[in-house]
Amino acid sequence: MSDSINVENLFKRFENVEAVAGISFSVGQGELFGFLGPNGAGKTTTINMLTGLARPDKGAIRIGGIDCTGNPKAAQRLVGIVPDESNLYPELTGFENLCFCAALYGIAKAERQSRARELLDDFALTPAADRKFAGYSKGMKRKLTVAAGIIHRPPILFLDEPTTGIDVASARQLRQLIASLHRDGTTIFLTTHYIEEAERLCDRIAFIVSGRIVRIDTVERLVQPVSEKHVMRIACAQIPAGIEDRLAEAFPEFAVALSTGGFIRVESGKPVKVGPLVRFLEDNGAEVKEARRARPSLEDVFVSITGVEADAMRREKEKKGGGQ
Amino acid sequence: MKLWIAFWNILAKDMRTYYLKPPNVSWGLIFPLAWTGMFFIRSGSGLDSITALLPGVVAVAILFGTTSMLSVTVTFEKKNRSFERLLLAPIPFELLMLAKTGGAILFGMANAFVPVVMAAFLADLSTVSWGVFVPGVFLIAAASTFLGLFIAVSVSEVFEAQTFSNFFRFPMIFLCGLFFPVENLPVFLKPLSYALPLTYGADALHGAVDGSHCMPFALDLSLLGAFCIGLFAVSLWNIKRKWIA
Repeated sequence: MSDSINVENLFKRFENVEAVAGISFSVGQGELFGFLGPNGAGKTTTINMLTGLARPDKGAIRIGGIDCTGNPKAAQRLVGIVPDESNLYPELTGFENLCFCAALYGIAKAERQSRARELLDDFALTPAADRKFAGYSKGMKRKLTVAAGIIHRPPILFLDEPTTGIDVASARQLRQLIASLHRDGTTIFLTTHYIEEAERLCDRIAFIVSGRIVRIDTVERLVQPVSEKHVMRIACAQIPAGIEDRLAEAFPEFAVALSTGGFIRVESGKPVKVGPLVRFLEDNGAEVKEARRARPSLEDVFVSITGVEADAMRREKEKKGGGQ
Repeated sequence: MKLWIAFWNILAKDMRTYYLKPPNVSWGLIFPLAWTGMFFIRSGSGLDSITALLPGVVAVAILFGTTSMLSVTVTFEKKNRSFERLLLAPIPFELLMLAKTGGAILFGMANAFVPVVMAAFLADLSTVSWGVFVPGVFLIAAASTFLGLFIAVSVSEVFEAQTFSNFFRFPMIFLCGLFFPVENLPVFLKPLSYALPLTYGADALHGAVDGSHCMPFALDLSLLGAFCIGLFAVSLWNIKRKWIA
C-alpha cells in the first residue's frame, strides 16, 4: 500500500509554545487514520500544516506523492477538508454553497449542480437546499460542511472533529458516510474527541500529546494490552475522603482510580466480584448508585497514555461549542 | 484545472452577495449625489462649476465605495472562517486575491460613473478625454481596493476595518487635490500629498475633464499603477505572514 500522506519530523512553534514537536507518520492509500489527543495537543495545527493553512518551521510533507512542504498549493486539488468549525457562507443557500465550493475546484456548471443535488440528497438536506446556510441547525451545518469537503471527490479527506456538538442522528449519519467513503477507497485523516468513534472507524490511530506522537498503531494492537483486564465502574452519589487508599489496602489486587462525576474505576487482572466491593464501599460511607462491568476499550489505553480523562476532554470541547 | 471557473465564481459571488445589495447600490447613488450637492452649493458658481467638481466627486465615490466594502467583506470572511475555504482551494494565491478584489474594483468603477451620468444631464462633457478618464477611474478603483485589502489584513474586527479606513480616507479628501489644488496646501503638507495615490488619480481626472492637470498623464497613471502593484504586493505578503503563519 503506497502512502497518501507522509510526514517527516514536522515542527511548529507559536511564540513560546511548541505546538508540534517533531512528529513523523504516514497514512497509506485508502486507510482511515485517527489522530487523537487532548485539547491543545497539536491536532488542528498538524491538519493546518498538511492542508496549507500553516507553514511548518521544519520537516517534510508529501501528499499523494507530491512534496508540498514549501508549496502547499501543489496538492490541494487532491484533498478535501472539513474543518472543526463550519466555514461555509451564511448568506448563500445550501445549494449555492455546494455549487460555489465545486467551482473553486474548476468543476463546470452542469456537473457542479448535479453533484450538489446528489450530495444534498445523500445527506437528507434536499428540503433545505434553498434555505440560507445561516438558518441551518448545527447538525445540518455540519452535514453541509462535510458535503462541501467531498464535492470534488477528493482521494484524500481531512476530517477535523466531524461529529462534535451535533445531534445523535446526524452524528450517526456522518459516521456511516465516513465508513462508506472509506469502503470506496478514500484515504481519511480523522481527528475526534469521541474515542469510541475512532475505535469503531479507524484502521490505525496516533495519540498526540503536547505536540508529540506518543503511540501509533492499529486499533487491535492498541487495545490488546488491556483486553485481558477486568474493569468495574462504580457510580456513587457520595465518595468519602480517603476511600481510594482504603480500597487499595483492602483489595491489593485492584488498581483503583477516582474519576470526575463521582465514579470509582477498579481494574484487575482477575474477574472483579461486585458484592464484596459494593459492601465495602457502603460500610465505609459511600452511597453506591450503580456498579457495572466495563469492557476495556481504547479509552482506557488513551487515558493510560495521555493521562487525560476522555469524558472531561469531550465535555470541555462540547462546552466550547466545538464543531459548529 | 479550469482556473477561470474558480476566478469568475469568486468574483460573481462577491458581486451578488455583497456589492449588488440594495443598500450598497443606494449608497453608490446617494453618496456621490450628496457630495456633488455639497460642493455645488458651497462654490455658488452655478452649473459652470460642474466640470470642475466632477473629478473630485468621482474620486471620492470610488474611494469610499471600495475601501470600506473590501476591508469589511474580507474581515467578515476572515472572522467567520469562510476565507479559509478560499485559501484551501487549489488556485494560485495571487489569482485568488485578484478575484476577491475584482468585485470591489468593478463596484468602484460603477460608483464612479454615477456622478458622470448625472453630470451629463447638466453640463457638456464632449470635451472630456475618455481615453485618460476611464484608465484613471480603473486605477483609482484598483488602488483604493488594494488599500482596502491592506486595511483588512491589518485588523481583526469589522468595526476596526471601518475606523482604520476613515483614518486613510478623510485626510485623502483634503490632501489629494480633489477639491482644493495641491499647490494651495501649506508647504509641510505637500510631501504628504505626493505620497498618496489619490493625488495622481485626481490630477489625471482633472486633466481628462477640464485640462487642469499638473503632471503628464503618463506619469500620473504610471505612479497610480505603481501604487496598485505596491499595495497589492504588501497585502499579499501580509496575508501570507499573518494568515498562513
